[in-house]
Amino acid sequence: MDLSVTLKGQSHTLSLKNPILTASGTFGYGLEFAPYGDLASLGGFIVKGLSLKPRGGNPTPRIVETTAGMLNAVGLQNDGVEYFCQTTLPKLPSAKTNVICNIYAGTVEDFGALATRLDGEDGVAAIEVNISCPNVRMGGVLFGQDPALAHQVTALVRKNAPKKFLIVKLSPNVTDIALIAKQVEAAGADAISCINTVLGMSIDYKTRRPRLANIVGGLSGPAIKPIALRCVWQVAKACSIPVIGVGGITTAEDVVEFLIAGAHAVQIGTANFMNPQTSFALVPQLDTLLGSLGVSSVASIRGTLKLD
Amino acid sequence: MPPHASYTHLTVLDIVPFGSIAGKNTFFALRLSRPDWPEWQPGQFVMIRPDSFGLEIPWPRPLGICDMNDRYLICFFQVLGRGTERLAQLSRGETVAVTGPLGKGFHSEVDTPTLLLAGGMGIVPFIGYVRSHPQPWNLSMVFGHRPPLSCYPIESLRERIPVDILRETIPGDLDNLLFTLHERIHDYSAQNGLILGCGPKPFLRTLYGYGKSMGARMQLSLENTMACGVGACLGCVTKTAKTTPETPEYVQTCTKGPVFWIDQIVL
Repeated sequence: MDLSVTLKGQSHTLSLKNPILTASGTFGYGLEFAPYGDLASLGGFIVKGLSLKPRGGNPTPRIVETTAGMLNAVGLQNDGVEYFCQTTLPKLPSAKTNVICNIYAGTVEDFGALATRLDGEDGVAAIEVNISCPNVRMGGVLFGQDPALAHQVTALVRKNAPKKFLIVKLSPNVTDIALIAKQVEAAGADAISCINTVLGMSIDYKTRRPRLANIVGGLSGPAIKPIALRCVWQVAKACSIPVIGVGGITTAEDVVEFLIAGAHAVQIGTANFMNPQTSFALVPQLDTLLGSLGVSSVASIRGTLKLD
Repeated sequence: MPPHASYTHLTVLDIVPFGSIAGKNTFFALRLSRPDWPEWQPGQFVMIRPDSFGLEIPWPRPLGICDMNDRYLICFFQVLGRGTERLAQLSRGETVAVTGPLGKGFHSEVDTPTLLLAGGMGIVPFIGYVRSHPQPWNLSMVFGHRPPLSCYPIESLRERIPVDILRETIPGDLDNLLFTLHERIHDYSAQNGLILGCGPKPFLRTLYGYGKSMGARMQLSLENTMACGVGACLGCVTKTAKTTPETPEYVQTCTKGPVFWIDQIVL
């Protein structure tokens, strides 16, 4: 079975040994999961979102379990890009798998500065631009909801990180995700991740209070899989660059559904919380499942949705 | 990161109800086949997830380790929501997924007079702590609780160390508990003893306040909602001592704790 995947972007190509990546914010910096599997066995992992300066994050409670999912409003707590580059990155297995940096900023200029900083780091295989976080004030999801801003951010990161494969992560909280995707593609993105979390809310009826300090938060987990599949399908039809599917994947069957919808690769998110071995186990499970379907490679099942 | 943590499936040996409230059992001791851990510390915890959670209940549940020997691991829990309800329905022979041992356990100083302060379910980590302590005559405990004493696995403790048991049923009882805690913390901090606390948030806040004002050498075990238990989700965070209103600083309760020295955090 050939599990390898080539993400052929507009200016760069990223090779994955398999289509299993881990989603930003659900896998720490990778090292947290090292006791539970071989990080090098993954197609790659996407680290917790990095900002230009350290961020404390939102007040608690930040997470709530919902039916078949969870809400989070962590608010991008992180040590900042400089600490990551100097202290964390040297410990990551960059030579053995793809270490992908997710970046977030409150201004277009700060996105550009992050791109400049990471472009010089050889250990970083790709940059994933988060224009879709619903949990941060001062912009936040705004960049991903405004086609012109999405274009502007993507173009600046492209310009400032000329050496890096560039992924842009889209929000489902928009009227027409294909419209945003086309803007991002036109601005030079090499690939698109879809989707980030779906804006949601939870209320405690006894206290009549929201269960999150932030009131609203991002819904993830199996509950959002149908939304993610729909978005992947729409974006894959609208764009020529590769699509990375993310949202509610827990099994190899889920992975194959995303491939059929048109995804080149997938990210595992909330399922890493259900079981810290999930992402590692999915690699051999996908191999077995594709074999049982009589498929010889990941590429040969991609985009094979039958509509007649 | 705990170097020896593993993800494994353990078999339920038995699940024993403790006490009852209005005819209902809500406290359970869950005995599991022994995990292949090279070591563990009292105060550490496991993330436990039975198959019955399916996709409906995504998160495993964090349970404090009650005790472990060469034959089995014991966890103790109270039914509080849909996850623990399903845990209570486990039966002998079923398997559960267990990640552990997680977090940092309680400090131990063999020769130091050590005061254990437990509120309700906060008694759990002290079962193993007392059982494994080489000089239990240096230990004593204050246990405050509301449900009947029969709900808690306290017998093994009472065989080994002196335990002051204070039940809170009417408002005046709380004053008595607070007075006792204050006196005992004062006594132990005056002789540079070690003070360890575990219990619900209001109980911990009380201990924290007394401990800080007396400069006590005190560790508290925090309990927060967790999604992953391994430091990734950033949901279980608690404020560090360095936090300011302008620049909050949080750390994960699961990996930096759950046991903290009181000068590391603010409660």
